[in-house]
Amino acid sequence: MIRNLDRTEITLLAGIPFLIACGLLLPQWVVNYIQVSLGTGLVALGVMIQMRAGLVSFGQGLYFCIGGYTAGLAGKFFGISDIFVLLLMGIATSVVISGVLGILIRRYREIFFAMLTMAVSMILFGMLSSSEELGSTDGFNLLPPTYLGWSPEGEVATFTLYIATVLPAIFCAIVLNRYLRSPMGYVNEAIRENELRVEYLGTSAHQAVHITYMIAAAVSSIGGVLWALSLGHVDPEMTNWTTSGQFVFVAILSGTGSIIAPLVGTFLLEILRVYAVDISPNTWQMILGTVMLLIIIFLPKGLWSLVERKRNPKQPKQPEPSAKVPGE
Amino acid sequence: MTTILETKNLERTFGAVVAASDINITIKEGEILGVIGSNGAGKTTFVNMVTGYLTPSSGQILYRGQDITGKPTREITKLGICRSFQIPQLFLELSVIDNALIALTIAKQTRPVLLRPAIDEKLRAEAMEVLARFGIEQWAEQEITTLPQGVRKLVDIAMATVSKPDLLFLDEPTSGVSADEKMEIMRVLIDALKSTNTAVLFIEHDMEIVETFSPRVAAFYEGTILADGPTAEVLANDKVREYVIGGEFHRKATSEEAVS
Repeated sequence: MIRNLDRTEITLLAGIPFLIACGLLLPQWVVNYIQVSLGTGLVALGVMIQMRAGLVSFGQGLYFCIGGYTAGLAGKFFGISDIFVLLLMGIATSVVISGVLGILIRRYREIFFAMLTMAVSMILFGMLSSSEELGSTDGFNLLPPTYLGWSPEGEVATFTLYIATVLPAIFCAIVLNRYLRSPMGYVNEAIRENELRVEYLGTSAHQAVHITYMIAAAVSSIGGVLWALSLGHVDPEMTNWTTSGQFVFVAILSGTGSIIAPLVGTFLLEILRVYAVDISPNTWQMILGTVMLLIIIFLPKGLWSLVERKRNPKQPKQPEPSAKVPGE
Repeated sequence: MTTILETKNLERTFGAVVAASDINITIKEGEILGVIGSNGAGKTTFVNMVTGYLTPSSGQILYRGQDITGKPTREITKLGICRSFQIPQLFLELSVIDNALIALTIAKQTRPVLLRPAIDEKLRAEAMEVLARFGIEQWAEQEITTLPQGVRKLVDIAMATVSKPDLLFLDEPTSGVSADEKMEIMRVLIDALKSTNTAVLFIEHDMEIVETFSPRVAAFYEGTILADGPTAEVLANDKVREYVIGGEFHRKATSEEAVS
Protein backbone atom coordinates (compact mmCIF):
# COMPACT_ATOMS: atom_id res chain seq x y z
CA MET A 1 0.00 0.00 0.00
CA ILE A 2 2.84 2.39 0.90
CA ARG A 3 4.44 1.95 -2.55
CA ASN A 4 1.43 3.23 -4.44
CA LEU A 5 0.81 6.44 -2.50
CA ASP A 6 -0.48 9.20 -4.75
CA ARG A 7 -0.21 12.95 -4.24
CA THR A 8 -3.46 13.16 -2.26
CA GLU A 9 -2.36 10.41 0.11
CA ILE A 10 1.07 11.99 0.63
CA THR A 11 -0.64 15.33 1.34
CA LEU A 12 -2.94 13.64 3.84
CA LEU A 13 -0.02 11.95 5.59
CA ALA A 14 1.82 15.27 5.67
CA GLY A 15 -1.33 16.71 7.20
CA ILE A 16 -0.85 14.62 10.37
CA PRO A 17 2.20 16.52 11.74
CA PHE A 18 0.64 19.75 10.48
CA LEU A 19 -2.59 19.12 12.40
CA ILE A 20 -0.67 18.02 15.48
CA ALA A 21 1.29 21.27 15.30
CA CYS A 22 -2.00 23.15 14.96
CA GLY A 23 -3.21 21.40 18.11
CA LEU A 24 -0.17 22.57 20.00
CA LEU A 25 0.15 26.10 18.64
CA LEU A 26 -3.30 27.46 17.76
CA PRO A 27 -5.84 28.89 20.21
CA GLN A 28 -8.06 26.25 21.78
CA TRP A 29 -11.23 27.53 20.07
CA VAL A 30 -9.65 27.02 16.64
CA VAL A 31 -8.41 23.55 17.64
CA ASN A 32 -11.96 22.71 18.77
CA TYR A 33 -13.30 23.75 15.39
CA ILE A 34 -10.69 21.64 13.62
CA GLN A 35 -11.63 18.65 15.77
CA VAL A 36 -15.36 19.06 15.21
CA SER A 37 -14.76 19.70 11.50
CA LEU A 38 -12.84 16.45 11.13
CA GLY A 39 -15.80 14.54 12.57
CA THR A 40 -18.39 16.20 10.35
CA GLY A 41 -15.89 16.28 7.48
CA LEU A 42 -15.92 12.49 7.45
CA VAL A 43 -19.69 12.57 6.93
CA ALA A 44 -19.22 15.06 4.11
CA LEU A 45 -16.71 12.60 2.66
CA GLY A 46 -19.40 9.92 2.80
CA VAL A 47 -21.72 12.24 0.89
CA MET A 48 -18.94 13.05 -1.57
CA ILE A 49 -18.10 9.46 -2.51
CA GLN A 50 -21.77 8.87 -3.23
CA MET A 51 -21.84 12.02 -5.35
CA ARG A 52 -19.05 10.50 -7.44
CA ALA A 53 -21.63 7.87 -8.39
CA GLY A 54 -24.17 10.61 -9.14
CA LEU A 55 -26.09 10.00 -5.90
CA VAL A 56 -26.97 12.80 -3.50
CA SER A 57 -27.80 11.56 -0.02
CA PHE A 58 -30.03 13.88 1.94
CA GLY A 59 -29.99 11.43 4.82
CA GLN A 60 -26.33 10.94 5.64
CA GLY A 61 -27.10 12.30 9.10
CA LEU A 62 -28.61 8.88 9.77
CA TYR A 63 -25.19 7.24 10.01
CA PHE A 64 -23.65 10.26 11.71
CA CYS A 65 -26.32 9.82 14.36
CA ILE A 66 -25.94 6.03 14.49
CA GLY A 67 -22.23 6.47 15.20
CA GLY A 68 -22.85 9.07 17.89
CA TYR A 69 -25.67 7.18 19.56
CA THR A 70 -23.79 3.87 19.41
CA ALA A 71 -20.94 5.50 21.33
CA GLY A 72 -23.39 7.11 23.73
CA LEU A 73 -25.48 4.01 24.32
CA ALA A 74 -22.41 1.82 24.79
CA GLY A 75 -21.36 4.10 27.63
CA LYS A 76 -24.84 4.61 29.04
CA PHE A 77 -25.88 0.96 29.16
CA PHE A 78 -22.62 -1.03 29.14
CA GLY A 79 -20.13 1.44 30.62
CA ILE A 80 -17.90 1.15 27.54
CA SER A 81 -15.75 4.25 27.02
CA ASP A 82 -12.72 2.91 25.15
CA ILE A 83 -12.48 4.92 21.94
CA PHE A 84 -11.22 1.97 19.87
CA VAL A 85 -14.12 -0.23 20.94
CA LEU A 86 -16.58 2.61 20.35
CA LEU A 87 -15.23 3.19 16.84
CA LEU A 88 -15.49 -0.52 16.04
CA MET A 89 -19.04 -0.65 17.43
CA GLY A 90 -20.00 2.41 15.38
CA ILE A 91 -18.62 0.85 12.22
CA ALA A 92 -20.27 -2.51 12.85
CA THR A 93 -23.68 -0.98 13.60
CA SER A 94 -23.65 1.25 10.52
CA VAL A 95 -22.42 -1.54 8.24
CA VAL A 96 -25.20 -3.86 9.38
CA ILE A 97 -27.91 -1.21 9.05
CA SER A 98 -26.66 0.13 5.70
CA GLY A 99 -26.23 -3.44 4.45
CA VAL A 100 -29.92 -4.08 5.06
CA LEU A 101 -31.22 -0.66 3.95
CA GLY A 102 -28.94 -0.76 0.90
CA ILE A 103 -30.90 -3.68 -0.52
CA LEU A 104 -33.78 -1.25 -1.01
CA ILE A 105 -31.92 2.01 -1.58
CA ARG A 106 -29.50 0.74 -4.26
CA ARG A 107 -32.35 0.50 -6.77
CA TYR A 108 -33.08 4.23 -6.71
CA ARG A 109 -31.36 7.18 -8.40
CA GLU A 110 -31.52 10.95 -8.51
CA ILE A 111 -34.32 12.60 -6.52
CA PHE A 112 -35.73 9.23 -5.46
CA PHE A 113 -32.42 8.26 -3.84
CA ALA A 114 -32.22 11.66 -2.13
CA MET A 115 -35.77 11.47 -0.80
CA LEU A 116 -35.52 7.85 0.31
CA THR A 117 -32.29 8.43 2.24
CA MET A 118 -33.87 11.48 3.84
CA ALA A 119 -37.03 9.57 4.73
CA VAL A 120 -35.07 6.83 6.49
CA SER A 121 -33.04 9.35 8.48
CA MET A 122 -36.22 11.15 9.53
CA ILE A 123 -37.70 7.89 10.81
CA LEU A 124 -34.77 7.62 13.21
CA PHE A 125 -35.17 11.30 14.08
CA GLY A 126 -38.80 10.65 15.01
CA MET A 127 -37.94 7.56 17.05
CA LEU A 128 -35.17 9.28 19.01
CA SER A 129 -37.19 12.45 19.57
CA SER A 130 -40.01 10.48 21.13
CA SER A 131 -37.80 8.24 23.25
CA GLU A 132 -37.74 9.56 26.82
CA GLU A 133 -35.26 6.85 27.82
CA LEU A 134 -32.73 8.41 25.42
CA GLY A 135 -33.36 11.98 26.48
CA SER A 136 -35.93 12.75 23.80
CA THR A 137 -35.02 15.92 21.83
CA ASP A 138 -32.43 16.90 24.49
CA GLY A 139 -30.35 13.76 23.94
CA PHE A 140 -27.84 12.71 26.61
CA ASN A 141 -24.19 13.06 27.57
CA LEU A 142 -21.39 10.61 26.83
CA LEU A 143 -18.74 9.19 29.12
CA PRO A 144 -15.29 10.74 28.66
CA PRO A 145 -13.27 8.51 26.33
CA THR A 146 -10.53 6.19 27.54
CA TYR A 147 -7.65 4.73 25.54
CA LEU A 148 -6.93 1.03 26.16
CA GLY A 149 -7.51 1.54 29.87
CA TRP A 150 -5.79 4.93 30.07
CA SER A 151 -7.99 7.79 31.32
CA PRO A 152 -6.24 11.12 30.78
CA GLU A 153 -7.54 14.24 32.48
CA GLY A 154 -7.51 17.98 31.94
CA GLU A 155 -5.54 19.42 29.02
CA VAL A 156 -3.92 16.05 28.32
CA ALA A 157 -7.37 14.54 27.79
CA THR A 158 -8.34 17.36 25.43
CA PHE A 159 -5.16 17.03 23.38
CA THR A 160 -5.31 13.20 23.36
CA LEU A 161 -8.85 13.28 22.04
CA TYR A 162 -7.75 15.76 19.38
CA ILE A 163 -5.00 13.35 18.25
CA ALA A 164 -7.45 10.45 18.45
CA THR A 165 -9.70 12.38 16.08
CA VAL A 166 -6.97 13.43 13.66
CA LEU A 167 -5.54 9.94 13.13
CA PRO A 168 -8.75 8.04 12.28
CA ALA A 169 -9.95 10.95 10.13
CA ILE A 170 -6.76 10.94 8.06
CA PHE A 171 -6.76 7.14 7.90
CA CYS A 172 -10.36 7.14 6.64
CA ALA A 173 -9.53 9.79 4.05
CA ILE A 174 -6.62 7.72 2.74
CA VAL A 175 -8.76 4.58 2.58
CA LEU A 176 -11.50 6.47 0.73
CA ASN A 177 -8.96 7.89 -1.68
CA ARG A 178 -7.80 4.32 -2.31
CA TYR A 179 -11.39 3.32 -2.87
CA LEU A 180 -11.93 6.04 -5.45
CA ARG A 181 -8.77 4.93 -7.29
CA SER A 182 -9.79 1.27 -7.18
CA PRO A 183 -11.76 -0.54 -9.90
CA MET A 184 -14.90 -0.12 -7.81
CA GLY A 185 -14.22 3.63 -7.57
CA TYR A 186 -14.05 3.86 -11.35
CA VAL A 187 -17.25 1.85 -11.64
CA ASN A 188 -18.92 4.52 -9.50
CA GLU A 189 -17.78 7.24 -11.83
CA ALA A 190 -19.05 5.19 -14.76
CA ILE A 191 -22.44 4.74 -13.06
CA ARG A 192 -22.79 8.51 -12.78
CA GLU A 193 -22.16 8.82 -16.51
CA ASN A 194 -24.02 5.86 -18.01
CA GLU A 195 -25.43 3.01 -15.95
CA LEU A 196 -26.65 1.04 -18.97
CA ARG A 197 -23.13 0.87 -20.34
CA VAL A 198 -21.79 -0.26 -16.97
CA GLU A 199 -24.11 -3.26 -17.03
CA TYR A 200 -23.14 -4.01 -20.63
CA LEU A 201 -19.47 -3.92 -19.66
CA GLY A 202 -20.15 -6.78 -17.28
CA THR A 203 -20.60 -5.48 -13.76
CA SER A 204 -23.52 -4.78 -11.45
CA ALA A 205 -24.35 -1.12 -10.91
CA HIS A 206 -26.64 -2.04 -8.00
CA GLN A 207 -23.84 -3.90 -6.26
CA ALA A 208 -21.42 -0.98 -6.73
CA VAL A 209 -23.98 1.48 -5.35
CA HIS A 210 -24.65 -0.81 -2.40
CA ILE A 211 -20.96 -1.11 -1.54
CA THR A 212 -20.46 2.64 -1.84
CA TYR A 213 -23.51 3.27 0.33
CA MET A 214 -22.13 0.94 3.03
CA ILE A 215 -18.66 2.48 2.93
CA ALA A 216 -20.16 5.97 3.14
CA ALA A 217 -22.24 4.78 6.11
CA ALA A 218 -19.20 3.36 7.93
CA VAL A 219 -17.16 6.53 7.43
CA SER A 220 -20.07 8.74 8.49
CA SER A 221 -20.50 6.61 11.57
CA ILE A 222 -16.83 7.04 12.48
CA GLY A 223 -17.40 10.77 12.05
CA GLY A 224 -20.40 10.50 14.35
CA VAL A 225 -18.43 8.70 17.09
CA LEU A 226 -15.57 11.23 16.94
CA TRP A 227 -17.92 14.22 16.84
CA ALA A 228 -20.00 12.93 19.74
CA LEU A 229 -16.90 12.26 21.85
CA SER A 230 -15.58 15.74 21.04
CA LEU A 231 -18.79 17.41 22.21
CA GLY A 232 -19.58 14.83 24.90
CA HIS A 233 -23.22 14.87 23.88
CA VAL A 234 -25.64 13.41 21.33
CA ASP A 235 -29.16 14.44 20.37
CA PRO A 236 -31.62 13.62 17.56
CA GLU A 237 -30.61 16.74 15.60
CA MET A 238 -27.72 14.63 14.34
CA THR A 239 -30.13 12.80 12.04
CA ASN A 240 -32.40 15.71 11.22
CA TRP A 241 -32.63 16.58 7.52
CA THR A 242 -31.16 20.02 8.19
CA THR A 243 -27.96 18.36 9.45
CA SER A 244 -27.84 16.10 6.40
CA GLY A 245 -28.42 19.17 4.25
CA GLN A 246 -25.30 20.75 5.74
CA PHE A 247 -23.22 17.75 4.68
CA VAL A 248 -24.54 18.10 1.14
CA PHE A 249 -23.83 21.85 1.38
CA VAL A 250 -20.22 21.10 2.32
CA ALA A 251 -19.78 18.52 -0.44
CA ILE A 252 -21.09 20.99 -3.05
CA LEU A 253 -19.10 23.86 -1.56
CA SER A 254 -15.93 21.79 -1.59
CA GLY A 255 -16.37 19.87 -4.83
CA THR A 256 -15.86 16.20 -5.53
CA GLY A 257 -12.44 16.57 -7.12
CA SER A 258 -10.43 15.37 -4.12
CA ILE A 259 -10.84 13.59 -0.83
CA ILE A 260 -9.13 16.53 0.87
CA ALA A 261 -11.80 18.96 -0.35
CA PRO A 262 -14.65 18.04 2.04
CA LEU A 263 -12.31 17.97 5.05
CA VAL A 264 -11.04 21.47 4.29
CA GLY A 265 -14.51 22.59 3.16
CA THR A 266 -16.08 21.56 6.47
CA PHE A 267 -13.56 23.61 8.42
CA LEU A 268 -14.10 26.62 6.13
CA LEU A 269 -17.85 26.30 6.59
CA GLU A 270 -17.46 26.21 10.39
CA ILE A 271 -15.32 29.34 10.27
CA LEU A 272 -17.76 31.00 7.86
CA ARG A 273 -20.60 30.18 10.19
CA VAL A 274 -18.74 31.66 13.18
CA TYR A 275 -18.16 34.93 11.35
CA ALA A 276 -21.66 34.96 9.84
CA VAL A 277 -23.20 34.60 13.31
CA ASP A 278 -20.85 37.28 14.63
CA ILE A 279 -21.72 39.72 11.84
CA SER A 280 -25.43 39.02 11.66
CA PRO A 281 -26.69 36.94 14.60
CA ASN A 282 -30.30 36.77 13.42
CA THR A 283 -29.82 36.30 9.69
CA TRP A 284 -26.55 34.39 9.46
CA GLN A 285 -28.20 31.76 7.28
CA MET A 286 -28.61 34.40 4.57
CA ILE A 287 -24.85 34.85 4.47
CA LEU A 288 -24.34 31.10 4.11
CA GLY A 289 -26.97 30.98 1.39
CA THR A 290 -25.36 33.85 -0.50
CA VAL A 291 -21.96 32.15 -0.34
CA MET A 292 -23.53 28.93 -1.61
CA LEU A 293 -25.14 30.76 -4.54
CA LEU A 294 -21.92 32.50 -5.47
CA ILE A 295 -20.02 29.20 -5.43
CA ILE A 296 -22.63 27.43 -7.56
CA ILE A 297 -22.57 30.30 -10.08
CA PHE A 298 -18.83 30.93 -10.27
CA LEU A 299 -17.35 27.60 -9.18
CA PRO A 300 -19.84 24.91 -10.21
CA LYS A 301 -17.30 22.21 -9.45
CA GLY A 302 -16.68 23.57 -5.95
CA LEU A 303 -13.78 25.31 -4.23
CA TRP A 304 -11.44 22.45 -5.11
CA SER A 305 -11.73 23.39 -8.78
CA LEU A 306 -9.55 26.42 -7.91
CA VAL A 307 -6.78 24.02 -6.86
CA GLU A 308 -7.29 21.92 -9.99
CA ARG A 309 -7.13 24.98 -12.23
CA LYS A 310 -3.84 25.95 -10.65
CA ARG A 311 -2.47 22.42 -11.08
CA ASN A 312 -3.71 21.93 -14.66
CA PRO A 313 -3.91 25.35 -16.26
CA LYS A 314 -3.94 23.91 -19.78
CA GLN A 315 -6.93 22.25 -21.39
CA PRO A 316 -6.40 18.84 -23.03
CA LYS A 317 -4.66 19.15 -26.35
CA GLN A 318 -6.93 19.08 -29.38
CA PRO A 319 -5.95 16.57 -32.09
CA GLU A 320 -3.96 17.98 -34.98
CA PRO A 321 -6.12 19.28 -37.84
CA SER A 322 -4.75 16.39 -39.88
CA ALA A 323 -6.23 13.84 -37.45
CA LYS A 324 -9.14 12.41 -39.38
CA VAL A 325 -12.03 10.17 -38.60
CA PRO A 326 -11.03 6.77 -39.98
CA GLY A 327 -12.53 6.60 -43.38
CA GLU A 328 -12.37 10.26 -44.27
CA MET B 1 -17.09 -24.29 -37.22
CA THR B 2 -18.80 -24.73 -33.88
CA THR B 3 -22.19 -23.15 -33.30
CA ILE B 4 -21.89 -20.63 -30.46
CA LEU B 5 -25.37 -19.12 -30.44
CA GLU B 6 -28.69 -20.74 -31.12
CA THR B 7 -32.10 -19.20 -30.53
CA LYS B 8 -35.21 -21.35 -30.54
CA ASN B 9 -38.65 -19.87 -31.29
CA LEU B 10 -37.79 -16.62 -29.57
CA GLU B 11 -40.73 -14.33 -29.00
CA ARG B 12 -41.22 -10.99 -27.34
CA THR B 13 -44.47 -9.14 -26.93
CA PHE B 14 -45.25 -5.73 -25.47
CA GLY B 15 -48.90 -5.98 -24.49
CA ALA B 16 -50.75 -6.78 -27.69
CA VAL B 17 -47.79 -5.83 -29.89
CA VAL B 18 -45.63 -8.71 -31.09
CA ALA B 19 -42.14 -7.23 -31.47
CA ALA B 20 -40.43 -10.51 -32.31
CA SER B 21 -41.82 -13.91 -33.07
CA ASP B 22 -40.45 -17.33 -33.92
CA ILE B 23 -36.85 -16.14 -34.20
CA ASN B 24 -34.57 -19.09 -34.94
CA ILE B 25 -30.98 -18.14 -35.63
CA THR B 26 -27.64 -19.89 -35.27
CA ILE B 27 -24.25 -18.20 -35.31
CA LYS B 28 -20.98 -20.06 -35.67
CA GLU B 29 -17.55 -19.17 -34.33
CA GLY B 30 -15.92 -16.32 -36.23
CA GLU B 31 -18.93 -15.94 -38.55
CA ILE B 32 -20.09 -12.56 -39.84
CA LEU B 33 -23.83 -12.21 -40.13
CA GLY B 34 -25.63 -9.17 -41.45
CA VAL B 35 -29.15 -8.40 -40.26
CA ILE B 36 -31.43 -6.24 -42.38
CA GLY B 37 -34.97 -5.03 -41.93
CA SER B 38 -36.96 -1.83 -41.76
CA ASN B 39 -37.54 0.07 -38.53
CA GLY B 40 -39.71 -1.96 -36.16
CA ALA B 41 -38.84 -5.26 -37.83
CA GLY B 42 -37.54 -6.69 -34.54
CA LYS B 43 -33.78 -6.53 -35.13
CA THR B 44 -32.85 -4.56 -32.01
CA THR B 45 -35.46 -6.45 -29.96
CA PHE B 46 -33.66 -9.64 -30.95
CA VAL B 47 -30.28 -8.21 -29.88
CA ASN B 48 -31.80 -6.89 -26.65
CA MET B 49 -33.15 -10.36 -25.84
CA VAL B 50 -29.90 -12.20 -26.52
CA THR B 51 -27.86 -9.66 -24.51
CA GLY B 52 -30.24 -9.82 -21.56
CA TYR B 53 -31.72 -6.34 -21.74
CA LEU B 54 -35.13 -7.81 -22.51
CA THR B 55 -36.45 -11.13 -21.27
CA PRO B 56 -38.10 -13.16 -24.05
CA SER B 57 -41.82 -13.82 -23.63
CA SER B 58 -41.11 -17.36 -24.80
CA GLY B 59 -38.38 -19.37 -26.51
CA GLN B 60 -34.84 -20.27 -25.62
CA ILE B 61 -31.37 -18.80 -26.12
CA LEU B 62 -28.45 -21.20 -26.04
CA TYR B 63 -24.86 -19.98 -25.90
CA ARG B 64 -22.33 -22.74 -26.39
CA GLY B 65 -25.07 -25.15 -25.35
CA GLN B 66 -25.82 -23.29 -22.13
CA ASP B 67 -29.29 -21.82 -21.62
CA ILE B 68 -28.85 -18.08 -21.08
CA THR B 69 -32.50 -17.10 -21.50
CA GLY B 70 -33.37 -14.30 -19.09
CA LYS B 71 -29.91 -14.00 -17.57
CA PRO B 72 -28.87 -10.47 -16.57
CA THR B 73 -26.87 -8.42 -19.06
CA ARG B 74 -23.69 -8.41 -16.99
CA GLU B 75 -23.64 -12.21 -16.75
CA ILE B 76 -24.12 -12.56 -20.49
CA THR B 77 -21.29 -10.08 -21.07
CA LYS B 78 -19.04 -12.10 -18.79
CA LEU B 79 -19.87 -15.24 -20.80
CA GLY B 80 -18.52 -13.57 -23.95
CA ILE B 81 -21.44 -11.83 -25.68
CA CYS B 82 -21.02 -8.06 -26.05
CA ARG B 83 -22.69 -5.34 -28.04
CA SER B 84 -22.41 -1.82 -29.35
CA PHE B 85 -25.34 0.56 -29.66
CA GLN B 86 -27.13 2.45 -32.38
CA ILE B 87 -26.69 5.57 -30.25
CA PRO B 88 -23.21 5.19 -28.71
CA GLN B 89 -23.45 4.56 -24.97
CA LEU B 90 -20.37 6.28 -23.63
CA PHE B 91 -19.22 8.12 -20.54
CA LEU B 92 -19.71 11.51 -22.11
CA GLU B 93 -17.84 13.75 -19.69
CA LEU B 94 -14.74 11.58 -19.71
CA SER B 95 -11.98 11.32 -22.28
CA VAL B 96 -11.70 8.54 -24.85
CA ILE B 97 -8.83 6.92 -22.96
CA ASP B 98 -10.80 7.08 -19.70
CA ASN B 99 -13.72 5.36 -21.40
CA ALA B 100 -11.40 2.61 -22.59
CA LEU B 101 -9.76 2.37 -19.16
CA ILE B 102 -13.10 1.98 -17.41
CA ALA B 103 -14.12 -0.71 -19.88
CA LEU B 104 -10.84 -2.56 -19.34
CA THR B 105 -11.03 -2.14 -15.55
CA ILE B 106 -14.51 -3.66 -15.46
CA ALA B 107 -13.60 -6.42 -17.92
CA LYS B 108 -10.69 -7.51 -15.72
CA GLN B 109 -12.64 -7.32 -12.46
CA THR B 110 -13.85 -10.75 -11.43
CA ARG B 111 -14.92 -9.64 -7.93
CA PRO B 112 -15.25 -6.23 -6.27
CA VAL B 113 -11.78 -4.73 -5.73
CA LEU B 114 -11.90 -1.89 -3.22
CA LEU B 115 -8.37 -0.76 -2.37
CA ARG B 116 -5.95 -1.72 -5.16
CA PRO B 117 -5.39 1.12 -7.65
CA ALA B 118 -7.20 0.29 -10.87
CA ILE B 119 -5.02 2.04 -13.38
CA ASP B 120 -1.32 1.60 -14.00
CA GLU B 121 0.97 2.15 -16.96
CA LYS B 122 0.37 -1.39 -18.22
CA LEU B 123 -3.39 -0.91 -18.36
CA ARG B 124 -2.96 2.50 -19.97
CA ALA B 125 -0.79 0.92 -22.67
CA GLU B 126 -3.41 -1.77 -23.17
CA ALA B 127 -6.12 0.87 -23.54
CA MET B 128 -4.03 2.69 -26.14
CA GLU B 129 -3.62 -0.61 -28.01
CA VAL B 130 -7.39 -1.05 -28.09
CA LEU B 131 -7.81 2.46 -29.47
CA ALA B 132 -5.03 1.91 -32.01
CA ARG B 133 -6.74 -1.26 -33.25
CA PHE B 134 -9.67 0.94 -34.29
CA GLY B 135 -7.50 3.82 -35.50
CA ILE B 136 -8.68 6.32 -32.90
CA GLU B 137 -5.61 6.65 -30.69
CA GLN B 138 -5.08 10.27 -31.72
CA TRP B 139 -8.36 11.15 -30.00
CA ALA B 140 -7.34 9.53 -26.71
CA GLU B 141 -7.26 12.68 -24.59
CA GLN B 142 -10.41 14.22 -26.09
CA GLU B 143 -13.63 14.38 -24.10
CA ILE B 144 -16.37 12.33 -25.78
CA THR B 145 -18.68 15.35 -26.18
CA THR B 146 -16.14 16.95 -28.52
CA LEU B 147 -15.91 13.97 -30.91
CA PRO B 148 -17.50 13.51 -34.32
CA GLN B 149 -20.15 10.82 -34.60
CA GLY B 150 -17.90 8.42 -36.51
CA VAL B 151 -15.29 8.42 -33.74
CA ARG B 152 -17.95 7.99 -31.08
CA LYS B 153 -19.20 4.92 -32.91
CA LEU B 154 -15.70 3.46 -32.97
CA VAL B 155 -15.13 4.22 -29.28
CA ASP B 156 -18.43 2.51 -28.50
CA ILE B 157 -17.41 -0.57 -30.48
CA ALA B 158 -13.86 -0.54 -29.11
CA MET B 159 -15.29 -0.60 -25.57
CA ALA B 160 -17.47 -3.57 -26.45
CA THR B 161 -14.42 -5.52 -27.57
CA VAL B 162 -12.11 -5.00 -24.57
CA SER B 163 -13.27 -8.19 -22.88
CA LYS B 164 -12.41 -10.11 -26.08
CA PRO B 165 -15.93 -11.41 -26.72
CA ASP B 166 -16.64 -14.49 -28.79
CA LEU B 167 -19.79 -12.91 -30.16
CA LEU B 168 -20.31 -9.23 -30.84
CA PHE B 169 -23.54 -7.51 -31.82
CA LEU B 170 -23.13 -4.23 -33.67
CA ASP B 171 -26.36 -2.25 -33.78
CA GLU B 172 -26.19 -0.09 -36.89
CA PRO B 173 -22.46 0.59 -36.65
CA THR B 174 -22.52 3.14 -39.46
CA SER B 175 -25.75 5.01 -38.66
CA GLY B 176 -25.20 8.72 -38.28
CA VAL B 177 -21.90 8.44 -40.12
CA SER B 178 -21.47 10.28 -43.43
CA ALA B 179 -21.80 8.20 -46.60
CA ASP B 180 -18.10 8.71 -47.42
CA GLU B 181 -16.98 7.30 -44.07
CA LYS B 182 -19.24 4.27 -43.87
CA MET B 183 -17.25 1.82 -45.98
CA GLU B 184 -13.92 2.66 -44.42
CA ILE B 185 -15.31 2.50 -40.88
CA MET B 186 -16.74 -0.94 -41.59
CA ARG B 187 -13.41 -2.03 -43.08
CA VAL B 188 -11.56 -0.87 -39.96
CA LEU B 189 -14.09 -2.67 -37.79
CA ILE B 190 -14.21 -5.95 -39.63
CA ASP B 191 -10.41 -6.10 -39.95
CA ALA B 192 -10.02 -5.48 -36.23
CA LEU B 193 -12.60 -8.11 -35.33
CA LYS B 194 -11.48 -10.75 -37.83
CA SER B 195 -8.01 -10.76 -36.28
CA THR B 196 -9.57 -11.97 -33.01
CA ASN B 197 -11.91 -14.53 -34.65
CA THR B 198 -14.90 -12.79 -33.05
CA ALA B 199 -18.28 -13.77 -34.48
CA VAL B 200 -20.11 -10.60 -35.51
CA LEU B 201 -23.78 -9.91 -36.03
CA PHE B 202 -24.31 -6.43 -37.40
CA ILE B 203 -27.57 -4.67 -38.08
CA GLU B 204 -27.35 -2.49 -41.16
CA HIS B 205 -29.60 -0.54 -43.50
CA ASP B 206 -27.00 0.08 -46.19
CA MET B 207 -27.21 -2.87 -48.60
CA GLU B 208 -23.86 -2.06 -50.16
CA ILE B 209 -22.22 -2.55 -46.79
CA VAL B 210 -24.15 -5.76 -46.20
CA GLU B 211 -23.08 -7.13 -49.58
CA THR B 212 -19.46 -6.14 -49.05
CA PHE B 213 -18.89 -7.35 -45.54
CA SER B 214 -21.38 -10.08 -44.79
CA PRO B 215 -21.33 -13.53 -46.43
CA ARG B 216 -24.63 -14.37 -44.72
CA VAL B 217 -27.72 -12.25 -44.13
CA ALA B 218 -30.90 -12.58 -42.10
CA ALA B 219 -33.80 -10.41 -43.21
CA PHE B 220 -36.32 -9.39 -40.55
CA TYR B 221 -39.85 -8.30 -41.31
CA GLU B 222 -42.59 -7.47 -38.79
CA GLY B 223 -40.86 -9.37 -35.99
CA THR B 224 -40.09 -12.53 -37.93
CA ILE B 225 -37.24 -13.78 -40.09
CA LEU B 226 -38.24 -13.58 -43.72
CA ALA B 227 -35.05 -15.16 -45.07
CA ASP B 228 -31.69 -16.32 -43.74
CA GLY B 229 -28.82 -17.53 -45.91
CA PRO B 230 -26.01 -16.51 -48.25
CA THR B 231 -26.15 -12.78 -48.93
CA ALA B 232 -26.68 -13.01 -52.68
CA GLU B 233 -29.57 -15.45 -52.26
CA VAL B 234 -31.30 -13.45 -49.55
CA LEU B 235 -30.96 -10.15 -51.37
CA ALA B 236 -32.36 -11.78 -54.52
CA ASN B 237 -35.34 -13.23 -52.67
CA ASP B 238 -38.53 -11.67 -53.99
CA LYS B 239 -40.15 -11.26 -50.61
CA VAL B 240 -37.03 -9.64 -49.19
CA ARG B 241 -36.89 -7.30 -52.15
CA GLU B 242 -40.51 -6.39 -51.75
CA TYR B 243 -40.83 -6.06 -47.99
CA VAL B 244 -37.35 -5.38 -46.66
CA ILE B 245 -35.10 -3.74 -49.20
CA GLY B 246 -37.73 -1.58 -50.82
CA GLY B 247 -38.10 0.01 -54.19
CA GLU B 248 -34.82 1.85 -54.57
CA PHE B 249 -32.49 -1.09 -54.14
CA HIS B 250 -34.89 -3.25 -56.15
CA ARG B 251 -34.71 -0.83 -59.10
CA LYS B 252 -30.92 -0.58 -58.80
CA ALA B 253 -30.52 -4.35 -58.75
CA THR B 254 -32.88 -4.84 -61.69
CA SER B 255 -31.13 -2.25 -63.81
CA GLU B 256 -27.73 -3.80 -63.03
CA GLU B 257 -29.09 -7.22 -64.03
CA ALA B 258 -30.40 -5.72 -67.28
CA VAL B 259 -27.01 -4.21 -68.07
CA SER B 260 -25.20 -7.45 -67.39
